Amino acid sequence: MSRGRRGSGAPDPAAFPTRPYDLLKEFTIALVAVALLTLALAAVFSSPDVKPVTLASWARADGADFTATAAAELGGTSGTAGYGPPYNHTPDAAQKIGPIGLQDAAGVRIPVDTAADFVIRPLTDTPEPPAVRTALAAWAAAPASRQQAWAKAYSDALAKAPGGDPAKAAAGDYGPVPVLTARLLELARSGALDGDLQARGRFYQTDYTLPLLFLSDGSYLETLARAEHLGGDQWGMMNEIGNYPGQAWLGLYTFWYQIEPFKSSGNADALIWGLMVLLSLGLLLVPFIPGVRSVPRWTRVHRLIWRSYYRDQEAAVKARQSES
Amino acid sequence: MRRKAVAALPPDKLLPHAQPAYMASWIYVFGVLTVASLLVVLATGGVLALKGPTWWHVSGTGKYVNSLHLWSVELLMFFMVVHLWAKFFMAAWRGRRALTWVTGVVCFLTAIGTAFSGYLVQQNFDSQWIAGQAKDGLNSVGIGAFFNVMDFGQMLMWHIVLLPFVLGLLTAWHILLVRWRGIVPPIDATDPADAGTASSAPSPAGRP
Repeated sequence: MSRGRRGSGAPDPAAFPTRPYDLLKEFTIALVAVALLTLALAAVFSSPDVKPVTLASWARADGADFTATAAAELGGTSGTAGYGPPYNHTPDAAQKIGPIGLQDAAGVRIPVDTAADFVIRPLTDTPEPPAVRTALAAWAAAPASRQQAWAKAYSDALAKAPGGDPAKAAAGDYGPVPVLTARLLELARSGALDGDLQARGRFYQTDYTLPLLFLSDGSYLETLARAEHLGGDQWGMMNEIGNYPGQAWLGLYTFWYQIEPFKSSGNADALIWGLMVLLSLGLLLVPFIPGVRSVPRWTRVHRLIWRSYYRDQEAAVKARQSES
Repeated sequence: MRRKAVAALPPDKLLPHAQPAYMASWIYVFGVLTVASLLVVLATGGVLALKGPTWWHVSGTGKYVNSLHLWSVELLMFFMVVHLWAKFFMAAWRGRRALTWVTGVVCFLTAIGTAFSGYLVQQNFDSQWIAGQAKDGLNSVGIGAFFNVMDFGQMLMWHIVLLPFVLGLLTAWHILLVRWRGIVPPIDATDPADAGTASSAPSPAGRP
């Protein structure tokens, strides 16, 4: 075996004095220790499991927020309606990194029509009383501009109503919107809307995109999350509900959302993702980056790690000096 | 091919009975602890996968197995981060070990993705909130169009099949590279033969 590797940055480990070592023994001890530690941590701290919010529980707990969200979905003013790719073609909605628009480039691959998908189709699919069928027909017959005017007027009236209560909304020209949203609220409270949005006419389903988008458009989910310190300005998804460590390893990612210029940027997500890709590449390429690869030598933490080696070396040098 | 493999990694190198004496620090334990905790993560995750994603919500035993999975992941990530920082301060990429460093970093990034997708398939409030938040980041750079964090079925496949497979392969590769290249010597260490300080005596500082 070669004794040294000239020019490779370090001598051959085989050239150094050795000590007995049993990798399997060390690994077995480590495995037992980790297993015991895991058993103990799980027994003492358990794991969080807070029930998911359903459309039914949302509609029952905060009917006003549900109705306001349904009206916004109808009028195309909700977060999802104006999101852009991959859900729809909203102009100028996509985020960019400087001139680069990766969101736009990926295209609309999960198309969502908020009025049709969240309100009209669920009502159309369900046997409805005559008043609702009439409202659906009136909605379908109206031009898009009229539909949006009705929904916007109703959204504005709900925003001004005490507590957002639809019963206290001022009278106005809202077309069929109040009838549609009131019926959707009934459907949601019964639990039927959960099944309808998830299944969409299928039997098996594993895709929760529609109900989660609808839920995220309301303020109810966020209110619950903020109470559990899960908001974006509360370090967001690195936290876990309750007093659990959560995804601490996402700390560097969520950190950027807390500071300027990202905090107030409309392109914060794209900019932070771009930055994280750069930082990850930097970490990956540390051995090749001049300056960065020298940091270990400057910090001298290695003197602690190999302190016995350096001590022996220094002792040997002193011994040679005293001999000479 | 077999001859080449055995020549590169003879049994003595793969499962050594001796190591360089400079390997005398507790910090070396964290690499082994990382692999050990990965095995606990895979075993507990395997039980959860066998019983299905709803089991742990309705069974006391299931809840405990899920807790084992959670805490073994927390330990895995902790051990891995300490291991990574240690290897950074040891400049462990020296001596043609850059690929060992690179595979280690990719392991770390893959582990983050695997743990993240695990949070998405818990089927609880955390999953809902994390999916809603994460979609914005992923959509902003075009990834969300293909990797839909709100599609439970897709995320389950990533979490229990694709990412663990990749992580397993990367880990095996990383470990083989460590065995192949050997443990990196201390910074500024010279070949003992050149320095005239070679000795067969082991270091007085014992390794735990």
